[in-house]
Amino acid sequence: MQFWIVQSLNSLALGGLLFLLATGFSLIFGLMRIANLTHGALFMLGAYVGVTTLKFVPNLWLAALIAGLLVALFGGLLERSILRRLAGNALGQVLVTLGVSFIVADFCLIVWGGDPIPIAAPTSLQRPIVVGNIAFPAYRLVVLGIAIITAIALHLLMERTRLGAMIRAGVDDMQMARAVGVPVSRLFTTVFCLGAALAGAGGVIAGPIMSAYPGLDADMLPLALIVVILGGVGSLLGAFVGSFVIAIIYTFGSALLPDLAYVILFLPMIVVIAFRPRGLFGRRST
Amino acid sequence: MSAAARIVLVLVLVAFPLIGGDFYINLASQIFIAALFATSLNLLVGYGGLVSLGHAAWIGLAAYTSAWLYLHLGLRHWITAPLALVNTTLIAGLFGWIALRATGLGFLMITLALSQVLWGTAYRWAAVTNGDNGLSGLTRPAPFGISLDGPAAFYYFSLTVTIVAVWMMARLVNSPFGAALRGSRDESRRMSALGHNVWLVRWLTFVYSGFWGAVAGLLFVYYHKYIHPTALSLTSSAEVLLGVIAGGAGTIAGPIVGAAIVLILKNYVSAYLDRWNMLLGAVFVVIVIFMPDGIVPGIRRWSARLRKT
Amino acid sequence: MAFTRRSFLQAAGVGIAAFGFPVRVRAQTEPIRIGLMTVKTGPLASGGIDMERALAQFVREHNNTLGGRKVEVSVGDSAGVPAQARAKLQELVERNKIQVMIGPLAAAEALAADDYIRSQQLPTLSVAAAEDLTQRNPNPWFVRGTSTSAQSAHPLADYCAKQLKYKRMAVIADDIAYGHEMCAGFQRVFEDSGGKIVQKMFPPLTVPDYATYLAQMKTNIDAIFLGFAGSNGFRWFKQFNEYGLKGKINVVGGMTAFDEAVLRNMSDEALGIITSCWYSAELDNPINKKFAAAFRNEWKYDPGFYAAATYVEAAVLEAALASVNGKIEDKPAFMKALRATKIDTARGPVAFDEYGNIVGNVYIRKVERKEGRLGNAVIYTYPNVSQFWTYDAKEFLKNPVYSRDWPPAKNLES
Repeated sequence: MQFWIVQSLNSLALGGLLFLLATGFSLIFGLMRIANLTHGALFMLGAYVGVTTLKFVPNLWLAALIAGLLVALFGGLLERSILRRLAGNALGQVLVTLGVSFIVADFCLIVWGGDPIPIAAPTSLQRPIVVGNIAFPAYRLVVLGIAIITAIALHLLMERTRLGAMIRAGVDDMQMARAVGVPVSRLFTTVFCLGAALAGAGGVIAGPIMSAYPGLDADMLPLALIVVILGGVGSLLGAFVGSFVIAIIYTFGSALLPDLAYVILFLPMIVVIAFRPRGLFGRRST
Repeated sequence: MSAAARIVLVLVLVAFPLIGGDFYINLASQIFIAALFATSLNLLVGYGGLVSLGHAAWIGLAAYTSAWLYLHLGLRHWITAPLALVNTTLIAGLFGWIALRATGLGFLMITLALSQVLWGTAYRWAAVTNGDNGLSGLTRPAPFGISLDGPAAFYYFSLTVTIVAVWMMARLVNSPFGAALRGSRDESRRMSALGHNVWLVRWLTFVYSGFWGAVAGLLFVYYHKYIHPTALSLTSSAEVLLGVIAGGAGTIAGPIVGAAIVLILKNYVSAYLDRWNMLLGAVFVVIVIFMPDGIVPGIRRWSARLRKT
Repeated sequence: MAFTRRSFLQAAGVGIAAFGFPVRVRAQTEPIRIGLMTVKTGPLASGGIDMERALAQFVREHNNTLGGRKVEVSVGDSAGVPAQARAKLQELVERNKIQVMIGPLAAAEALAADDYIRSQQLPTLSVAAAEDLTQRNPNPWFVRGTSTSAQSAHPLADYCAKQLKYKRMAVIADDIAYGHEMCAGFQRVFEDSGGKIVQKMFPPLTVPDYATYLAQMKTNIDAIFLGFAGSNGFRWFKQFNEYGLKGKINVVGGMTAFDEAVLRNMSDEALGIITSCWYSAELDNPINKKFAAAFRNEWKYDPGFYAAATYVEAAVLEAALASVNGKIEDKPAFMKALRATKIDTARGPVAFDEYGNIVGNVYIRKVERKEGRLGNAVIYTYPNVSQFWTYDAKEFLKNPVYSRDWPPAKNLES
């Protein structure tokens, strides 16, 4: 019983973490049709920037905000200077986003070294919550909460604001959006910055669980892709549901089918794409 | 390329082992393997418009099959090589059948997932693959009794195989089938309307690409005499894809140039420069900025412009 | 990092010119060319960079001269990828003409390079721990001054059973040969001493989150043995604490799990953890005191497993070169001298068995805070430990190599 309760909580917490990781990727792809393969590197960059920020501002949430802003700035520069010349050039996008990932990863290795660096959870959240004979880390529950709040905030942004309306128009029909006067250029930069900010802040918020270490980028990018593909690109609901589905499969699969630990994340994806290429909630083909 | 230029190129390639040291001969052999491998991926990426992030599967499958047959059944190379090619091609047929249900990003992800499944299997199924220790104790074949253990012998062997393979793939691209393939990339609806079976064209290309990937895999395992799960990793798949795009997808020369650049940066420049990863990334960014279609189309465009002025 | 090929060449060249050696004896005064095969990029870079730093320090301390000859060091970065390690080794041999290699770092890299080392007859001082390279398939050109995977795990198992009186234990390690071999050796000695290994877990190297493995972990055990290397053990232990398991279950670690490199980013939660290794930065011998102090002075952190490994291998190399008067060109004589080396090093006394593997001390260590930083204080010494532990070598070699499935785990509880 204890096993099932703890593993269910683990799934929820991991799902929250995956959502913070994946939603920015989904947002960018949904509007701009750019598979931003720097996403893992931005996540790692966020975590490392958080490490340094925490030396000056001893507050994790503030550090996440600062890292998010800095990573957004970096993302905005990337979009303005390079990516926008490559609209429609999918191969060029793959080359440049992976190229930038190599640069960011090597940069992190130079600046922060090769050893894993911990990021401490806020002191009040460092102790596990104990109910009966079940102990669960308080911080992980908070991460789940942050993910849900983020999801709601993004939902409101999409449905209730002018920016959201423009994004929705762009996702549905770019030509039409342009025709009715949506400032597409500025919109793209805004959305790219927002996606990068989510990755950067996500890296800091995941820090107390994952730490910052070389290779974090390569570990995270496939996860983001899996979540987004499974849920359906460009769909907020899809990213949300996809995150939790993947987390449940991973958490229980690794425990109950240890021999499949290596493929547990990829098998369901193969099945989903083979039978439903748009993903669970995708509105149109990828 | 003019006929004269071709003759010079062939002469240089043939004469190279006479002037280059062992290290450079071996570096050239590795470039040939990488070039063949990239060319096989280019069929899908460049001509079919299908971006695969799982091409390392074919190197790994062919290498593991050949190594396992040799080590466990004691079969000779002239049996293991065709069996490895058949096995890999069959699996390419199966994978293609699954993967081609998707296109675009979905295709990229499903090829990634399929190759990751093989990668995981190579790590975990230690009874067959020897897991993280990899399979060692392998040999190079000796076609017609000629030992390939020397750098020069292997150089000529891999050069010959690569030339034949590239020629075969170029023939396919320039055939009516190749035209249909490019049509399926650019105008898939129209091709269907014209009565072409787009799915079949893509599937056959996938299988053909897998077959030549397997040939590259055999050269790879002959060269290294060792195979480890990292050969199947996402990094290996990404590397070859980046080579194809950097050189110029959809051209015959492009992937060869791109694969050579990646290999030289990785195996040669890294001796002089600690930050070779950063340089590799920067090279990719610069290529995209100045030659968005890759090096070979970029140079062609530039030289055409020069000729005009 | 003043440690490029060029600077060594220059140093050597200046040396030759300054002393005005006539041209005809140049062959003997030509520098000895050493190759360091390491990892400077990717996830294993931390250990690999320490290897380079320690070798640079050793060479500098010896005034660029080993065995009476100048040395020239070429460094190869394999990025931790086996095929690339082999390609890089080829480059070091064929282009830089190295005469001896220190490295590589990881087991699979050594296995990938194995047949090339044999064909080139390249004397190799390995850092990689792969058991069979000095056991069932010994490479005649190989010496290992560090240890096999299980060499430090055997004594720890003995210590757990006899001194700590643990009865029931679990093991967890990365799902790679190094992890399997360490856990297998630990299990064998622990069970031969009357203990029971009731659970074995091998998460894949790229696991995103260990929570699911922590939830599976048995709680009715005395302790868990960690066979991790690099950042994974660090992350596992962070999460172990996160779940409030510290204090409920004891943790003991293999030779890399709580390495100095990991400890420098840890806090008090690591205090009191017991590990075993053939080295500790805290070792109280004159050579290590000098080495550790100088290393700490230059880099502001303690030397750990990889730094010490390279420093010890370099000391072995120097001793062997001295005994053949620098004549590395006579490979069989040099190889014989390498294996006959008996010296004191930073890790204590060093000697080799007939397979080229070290016989040396293994230390049981406890994480303590000293002068404000965490260190591995030595609490017990197992002297002159062989790779075969106390087993008979012939009998030991009749068994299969340590793996995920051997020795069979008879006491697992589901």
